Amino acid sequence: MALMRYAEALRLAMAEEMERDPSVFICGEEVGQYQGTFRVTEGLMQRFGRDRVVDTPISEIGIAGMATGAAMAGLRPIAEFMTWSFALSAMDQIVNHAAKITYMSGGRIQCPVVFRGPAGTGNQLSAQHSQSLEAWFMHVPGLKVAMPATAADAKGLLKYAIRDPNPVIFMEHAGLYSQRGEVPEDPDFVIPFGKAAIVREGTDVTLVAYSHMVSTCLKAAVSLHDMGISAEVIDLRTLTPLDMETVLGSVAKTHRVVVTQEEWLNVGAAAEIAARIGELGFDDLDAPVLRVGGADVPMPYAKKLESAAIPNEQDVITAALRVTD
Amino acid sequence: MAKLTLDPRDTSTDTQELLSMYRLMVRVRRFEESLYRRYREGKIGGYLHRYDGEEALVAGVVPLLRRDDYILCTYRDHGHAISCGVPMREVMAELYGRVGGCAAGKGGSMHLIGPEYGFLGGDGIVGGPVPVALGVGYAIKMRGGDQVCVCYFGDGAINQGGVHESMNMAALYGVPVLFILENNGYAMGTAVERSTKQPDMVAKAAAHGIAGELIDAMDAQVVREAASRIIGHMRATHEPYFLEARCYRYVGHGVADNAQQQRFYREEGEIEQWKQRDPLASTRARLLELDALGEADERAMEAEVEAEIAEAVAFAEQSPEPPLDSLYENVFTESTGG
Repeated sequence: MALMRYAEALRLAMAEEMERDPSVFICGEEVGQYQGTFRVTEGLMQRFGRDRVVDTPISEIGIAGMATGAAMAGLRPIAEFMTWSFALSAMDQIVNHAAKITYMSGGRIQCPVVFRGPAGTGNQLSAQHSQSLEAWFMHVPGLKVAMPATAADAKGLLKYAIRDPNPVIFMEHAGLYSQRGEVPEDPDFVIPFGKAAIVREGTDVTLVAYSHMVSTCLKAAVSLHDMGISAEVIDLRTLTPLDMETVLGSVAKTHRVVVTQEEWLNVGAAAEIAARIGELGFDDLDAPVLRVGGADVPMPYAKKLESAAIPNEQDVITAALRVTD
Repeated sequence: MAKLTLDPRDTSTDTQELLSMYRLMVRVRRFEESLYRRYREGKIGGYLHRYDGEEALVAGVVPLLRRDDYILCTYRDHGHAISCGVPMREVMAELYGRVGGCAAGKGGSMHLIGPEYGFLGGDGIVGGPVPVALGVGYAIKMRGGDQVCVCYFGDGAINQGGVHESMNMAALYGVPVLFILENNGYAMGTAVERSTKQPDMVAKAAAHGIAGELIDAMDAQVVREAASRIIGHMRATHEPYFLEARCYRYVGHGVADNAQQQRFYREEGEIEQWKQRDPLASTRARLLELDALGEADERAMEAEVEAEIAEAVAFAEQSPEPPLDSLYENVFTESTGG
């Protein structure tokens, strides 16, 4: 184990996989000479050369297509979007090409590509830079979606994503890049997709989270404990595949659940999870499933308004108190 | 039309090559005609985009490629699939939506595929295959081989942003993609001059630093000679190249674009005028001139092609529909667990 930042863990994952497999390469804006906009790819160009850490022009369709085509031809590309907000112009390559080619070809073509980059809210970056849109990608058959909450998960999930034979949407949270955590140094350490982690055990209410909301829920659980409520916190780690077994197992124990997400609440990931709990775990519920999420507005710039748009510890506590009342 | 760069009367192509190109073009033309009949009979669903008139563009290029080269194209892909070597029966079965199809009935007309022949498929999105081709070309570059990736796209695609992003990056990295613009004059019903103020496509490629030329793609010999020279050059330089291939489709954009509909965008007599330069007819005339295609040879060739099509139809007819439990197969490739 070594103490490192989330961003360093991502870099270590890529460096280890590039060392292990010569078909892995990175392409994106400012990933090489500039050392990465958020320093995630720092030093990798010096180590692996310009052909494997490829600086691109500001051309998201080209970046996504380059990665998709190289994957179809047998390489394992990692395409970095400077932020997921910039990936919107590449949606045709991601959704119509990478996600569908395996199915459209009757399984004859594989597309082992990773699309990664920062997402999330919370730095007064305003409307065009504060979003993650994970529900869009969850919605598309053929895409896997991972959103790590810790440094160790960032490493283990990214390594798994690179080895996975399918296109993976890998959403990092910009607000977590500098968070430190203990990370296994073992180059064989990977975290398989579809296995949620119970990050705090409890008996009265289940708090379902992923990405940055995991730490928000953990803080809420501490406060709830002080109020005499035992909260169990689940980190989903991946949204596709979705580990409903762990969620339903927890609900069977607590009978109360709050599903949280940072992104807009309307038609979000939490809505899907809540619906599945209703369909599959209704008999275990002693209270309606509640959701906590972001305000359905383009992110405002003013700090006070921005804070009001992002779900916080108090929002989770309020919902937990409602379902345990 | 701008001046063509090659003399269409140059006859240096070997007679055997000419004969083999002719045979391939006959196969593509007769196959398309047969598909249309099957479509009218209700045996084929979805869209059907025929290649009639553009056959020289596959016959003059694809046979020059090796198995380890790559080809991507548009949804007008039946001729490309067959030229790459995908068995006609598998293409027919795919259009029938049968399990014996090249994509097991999951792709249909626009998504024919044949990875073992280097054929990475048709693409239903205008401009869609071009960014993918950039990536395929980059894979060739990273592996250090002398393969090429041939990417066909239409004149409608030249106005898509992703096409220009990809051409810019292909030139920047020096990847061996041969961009072939199938300029058949119309993006569905929109003539080239109604979609761009700069109809000089070679100039557009040049703006990205990609060398290119304009050829008359109604003549299989012209196409083959240009492609042979260009592909040879690319295998040595690994650089991208751009070919604007002037051609014409005799039929509508798709089946729904019928004769009545086409009157909205084509000039009267235009189709007949282009048919004067039909690639099959001109190649046949040359073969007759060279005394390389006797009456009996020709009858035998047509009969062989008809038999191949009849066999493909019989295969498709008896191939089962995909089982219902295949519905959820191939959404993902099974992970080996990292």
